[in-house]
Amino acid sequence: MLFPCSRHQPRASQVVVTGAGIVTALGMGWRPNAEGFRQGRTAFRPVTLFDVSRQRAKLAAEVDLPDEIAGTRLGSRAQRRLDRAAKLLLIAAVEAWQQAGWTADKPLPIVLGTTSGGMRMGEDFYRQAAREPACARRQASRVLQYQPQRQGLDLAKALNIRGPQTIIANACASGANAIGHAWHLIRHGQAERVLTGGYDALNQLVFSGFDSLQALSPTECRPFDARRDGLALGEGAAVLALESLDSARRRSAEILGEICGYSSATDVHHLTQPHPDGNAALATMRGACEAAGVQPEQIGYINAHGTGTPLNDSAEAAAIARWANGAAANMPISSTKAGVGHLLGAAGAVEAVVCLMALREQWLPPMRSVESPDAACAFPLVREPTEARFDYALSNSFGFGGVNASLVLRRWA
Amino acid sequence: MSELFVHGIGAVSPAGWGVSALRASLKSAAALPAKKLPRPGGKTLQVRVVPPPSLKLPFFANPRLRRTSGISQFAVAAALEALGEARSPRLGIVLCVMTGGVAYSRRFYDETLRDPTTASPVVFPETVFNAPASHLAALLGAGGINYTLVGDPGTFLQGLALAAEWLQNDLADACLVVGADEADWTTASAFRLFSRQAVLAEGAGAICLCREPPAQSAIAMRAITDSQLFFDAASRREAARRVRAELPASDRAELLCDSATGVAKFDAAERDAWKDWPGTRLSPKRFLGEGLMAGAAWQCVVAVDAVRLGLYPAAVVPVTGCNHQAIGARFEGRITPSLRDAGAGRGQGRGEIS
Repeated sequence: MLFPCSRHQPRASQVVVTGAGIVTALGMGWRPNAEGFRQGRTAFRPVTLFDVSRQRAKLAAEVDLPDEIAGTRLGSRAQRRLDRAAKLLLIAAVEAWQQAGWTADKPLPIVLGTTSGGMRMGEDFYRQAAREPACARRQASRVLQYQPQRQGLDLAKALNIRGPQTIIANACASGANAIGHAWHLIRHGQAERVLTGGYDALNQLVFSGFDSLQALSPTECRPFDARRDGLALGEGAAVLALESLDSARRRSAEILGEICGYSSATDVHHLTQPHPDGNAALATMRGACEAAGVQPEQIGYINAHGTGTPLNDSAEAAAIARWANGAAANMPISSTKAGVGHLLGAAGAVEAVVCLMALREQWLPPMRSVESPDAACAFPLVREPTEARFDYALSNSFGFGGVNASLVLRRWA
Repeated sequence: MSELFVHGIGAVSPAGWGVSALRASLKSAAALPAKKLPRPGGKTLQVRVVPPPSLKLPFFANPRLRRTSGISQFAVAAALEALGEARSPRLGIVLCVMTGGVAYSRRFYDETLRDPTTASPVVFPETVFNAPASHLAALLGAGGINYTLVGDPGTFLQGLALAAEWLQNDLADACLVVGADEADWTTASAFRLFSRQAVLAEGAGAICLCREPPAQSAIAMRAITDSQLFFDAASRREAARRVRAELPASDRAELLCDSATGVAKFDAAERDAWKDWPGTRLSPKRFLGEGLMAGAAWQCVVAVDAVRLGLYPAAVVPVTGCNHQAIGARFEGRITPSLRDAGAGRGQGRGEIS
């Protein structure tokens, strides 16, 4: 029963990560991504997936997908049918699943975040429906593949997972909300383990949408730089295997880190613009730290939402300054969107995995493109590869519609 | 916490704006007329659309809603009806959609294909799945937790379970759960690939859940089953059976408000699972059309309304979705004598399937 909830698990005092999978334009898997983020590499290149000749922006962080994804129960034919977004999700999920060492012996909830699902299939459907309305060839398959629930079902099939699936489409906070919801499920004893994360593939509609808003940078993505002129888009996925500490200990699993706080709130100021003071961001940072039982001065690194748009970064900078108060002066901050772009529904999940990497390996991911930090930044920006000793990281994700979410992660030592 | 209470319900459907229009339409037990929607190639598609409101609704004047597409207007109208006069500073919002803001998505993508330099920046933000939830939050000044869930129609019941979780875990004091979708030629032609008989519809339904029973009457949400995923026709049939097995046994006085559409191949799994139902059976989508997420919301709203009016002591709502999950809910009444007196009698068989 989903309600009344059968709390067959005890409430968990701690929720730990025992598997993490990641795919971005920096590469597939933990190691190439850790190396790339640690060095502050950028992965932008001219868009090849669709025509951008008449767009203001021409670059994005595209992923080179393999011909076949190993480690799944899906055959070559089934894999060929998958939408690009489903492939990204599967690659990350297989890595997390194998690292966690889970088996499909009992029902496992899946919580995913996405903004577009298989939108590229939807675009194919529309073009054919508009230009060749009498031709139904491949259209039924496109209708099915484009819907976000299909990527969830593909994942369940690929790993033989039974259990409820929740797909959260909270714009650019979707990935963080998905992890936060999974965290709630385990914390409140509704599940012992949850597979969670976010994914999104580049598509023409969304690229054109951000370009129409003049939100895409025609030059370079420079979060928190005084001369920033917009964001850059990317694609990717990250999946986390979350479980209660008891469960992880029972099976002697390797623990990669802990999710110890989460909060979500809504900024009702405007559909696409944050309140200039970052009120909702302030509420989520406070809420997540309260849930984690930590004070701002204990946070050793913030992975900011930091899109590189003038309005987002100034509102986030204001919120961080208000929240951290004097502690901001010693709080290193960066946005990994400078390297792999804004991954939309995947952003919150990818950035949570980057925080895990940074906590585990004790480094801070730099933004090499930043030259002149905005005067509004009351905090140090990480601009060069940096070693650091820290125990807590905070990750912010804010989205269209005013959805704000913050996660607090802890180093597992 | 073994039960939560329905504070209010709201609906926008091809029958009109409000639960009373929906109720009246189902009482007449006649399928609503379909409208012809043009599509490329000179052909038309049959859809049941929401008629214009008879009075200009006050919220239309709100700046946030001026340029919105149908789905946001339906979602907001249904939500406001469910909320009534009540306001909670800690209001949670769960919006459930299947196709979302498809009309503006189609329009924006069409503009992009013609010439991206003229694609409208006003339209694009409305294409995002959570735009209706954002407008609703802005209208209500609700700064709390707010999720948009995507999936097939069963997701509306998942949304009710999510709201229950938030209430149980004190993340909110009241929760609005809204299911909405809008009709467009793209979705109608997509649907036609799977059945030429199915008629797509649009609208929204909303349920406001709270921890304490309202003063006048109390409709308790007693159960939401597990979500039973399916991958093909065989597993869909099995999923529908599991939902039936998980819900408590019912007696013949209760109402079954199912998701049958009148299209045999769509209905087979659920019909099989509930073939021995002893009581009254009502299938709103047979008269209103396939409203996708709104359709599942209408089922719940109709079920709650029937129990609220004292027509049935309890109602069961199975939703066997299109391509994702089967799931079920059960609502029970705690009716005051005054409302019972006002009820129109028991088991009048509105829209029953023989």
